[in-house]
Amino acid sequence: MKILVPLKRTADPDNANKVKVSPDGSRVTTDGMEPKLNPFDEYAVEAALRLTENGKVRIAGDSLTVCTFAPKEASQTLRQALAMGADNALLYVTDDAQLDGDLVARALAKVVGDTKPDLVLLGKQAVDGDSNQVGQLLAEYLQWPSATFAMSLDLAQDKKTLVVGREVDGGVVRLRLTLPAVVTVDLRIVGPRAVTNHVTPASFTYGDTARFAPLPAIIKAKTKPLAEAPLASLGVDLGLKSRYTAYALPAARKAGVKVKDVQELVQRLRTEAKVL
Amino acid sequence: MSKTLVIAEISGGRLKKTTLSAVAFARQAGQPFDILALGHDLGAAVEALRGYGAGAVKVCDHPGLKDYVGEHYTPTAAQVASAGGYSVVVCTASSFGKDLAPRVAARLGAGLASDISGVVRDGATLRYRRPMYAGNALGTMEVTTPVQAVTVRQAEFEAAAPSGGSSPTEAVAFAPSALAGRVEFLGFDEVKSERPELTEAGIVVSGGRSLKSSENFKNVLEPLVDALGAAMGASRAAVDAGYVPNDLQVGQTGKVVAPKLYFAVGISGAIQHLAGMKNSKTIVAINKDGEAPIFQVADYGLVADLFKAVPELTQAVLQARREQN
Repeated sequence: MKILVPLKRTADPDNANKVKVSPDGSRVTTDGMEPKLNPFDEYAVEAALRLTENGKVRIAGDSLTVCTFAPKEASQTLRQALAMGADNALLYVTDDAQLDGDLVARALAKVVGDTKPDLVLLGKQAVDGDSNQVGQLLAEYLQWPSATFAMSLDLAQDKKTLVVGREVDGGVVRLRLTLPAVVTVDLRIVGPRAVTNHVTPASFTYGDTARFAPLPAIIKAKTKPLAEAPLASLGVDLGLKSRYTAYALPAARKAGVKVKDVQELVQRLRTEAKVL
Repeated sequence: MSKTLVIAEISGGRLKKTTLSAVAFARQAGQPFDILALGHDLGAAVEALRGYGAGAVKVCDHPGLKDYVGEHYTPTAAQVASAGGYSVVVCTASSFGKDLAPRVAARLGAGLASDISGVVRDGATLRYRRPMYAGNALGTMEVTTPVQAVTVRQAEFEAAAPSGGSSPTEAVAFAPSALAGRVEFLGFDEVKSERPELTEAGIVVSGGRSLKSSENFKNVLEPLVDALGAAMGASRAAVDAGYVPNDLQVGQTGKVVAPKLYFAVGISGAIQHLAGMKNSKTIVAINKDGEAPIFQVADYGLVADLFKAVPELTQAVLQARREQN
């Protein structure tokens, strides 16, 4: 089982309100915000590790590659995934402004052609652009079966099919995909029993979030293979299908009043806001 | 003349209200539009769709489209879009539209504007406004391909009202998927609820981690939800803790809501949560920590222990309801 997890380095989502817009509205800047591995991609790495290990160590013959399209500094983000347990990393160097989701998907299709994974596992969206599109576009470009918003994965013993629980409006849809396939993951994919590979003993329980890399793993990750190449080396058309022409900050909402008790709250909701 | 194709969302033969936000977009985009209905046993849904002023309601009623699977829907949707020469293809950004629109875009070679909150026409150009960075920046974007795909945020496009008249219907051919044999629909485990849907409710009551357990959601929060006839939501922290299912999550990566009245109960107000509710008309926050960020966006803040305040509020709402009747 060979898994490819594409990653994105995003500005710290817990400080997203520190995003600034240049005075002329032409750029959005994240200066001073710490770069973080997109949380959904971190969950994809965790899910990929759970699929390819027996609870403790990697299953013989299985492998996990991570990749990204970004400036050179993103090698730190790839090292983080290597420290979690990925085997090797690919960095296709480009500038963030030279990308849109469509180009990322087409470039990924080339990476898939080169590395031939059985499964591409990625986050359902990156928390900077919030577009939620790369997995769907990639599946269509590859003409591979796919499932978005996965909250559970059950890999068949013969590793030929994958049953995916998709978290959709009003419930959960279950699909059986014949590999190779593309799957995007949602929050619950890191639940203790969300990923089943029929190798990890049933008695083994995972934590309820992505794993924390201990110091020895971080040191070891520094020696794992990380290949760097220009994005253009993939031979993909670098044209974009969309562009941003302006940015603005949303109107701030002003804080209201504190009420002293439930009685005052109800009274104001009825007579002032007129919503009860 | 350029035309827009609205892809309707139909589940179990029933037209979903989400569709009407995409119709509202089509009206705002200022060019004629048709609606595409995909599914099986579509009679009632198609009838409902005829009342919104579309040039035509195109219908593919086929057993192969009974349950939504992206791979099964994409070829027919793309074929209709391409044969009809549409310049814009739009879905509402529900889990259906978010899954389908990028696939159709890829097949059409179209650029995608996803989860937009507004559209402005400038001559022949459509400019799309979309929230980014959890709603902390608004980008204006253009799609530069001749055909454009769009998904619209339901909370920002008020459901279109019927316009009268009766659009003609037109049957379109089913285009089978080359992937059909490699994706199998096993089932839909539906969460049944008598309450209004989160994205459609006039009042939303959301609970956070301070509720401490799923039992407390049930015993403390739900009586207030039902007294108000509201939909129930939750913060990501409450979802992560397993108190309620993920489809109740209000926030950047969950549902975006903008009801007339929003209650944040025991929710601190992380950026992620604010992104999903800060456009609500009136916001009420109940939290025992007076410094919680939620109070910075709340119109009415009550610093109190929710386990005492919520039952009291429930009684007061029931009392107020009795007085009104």
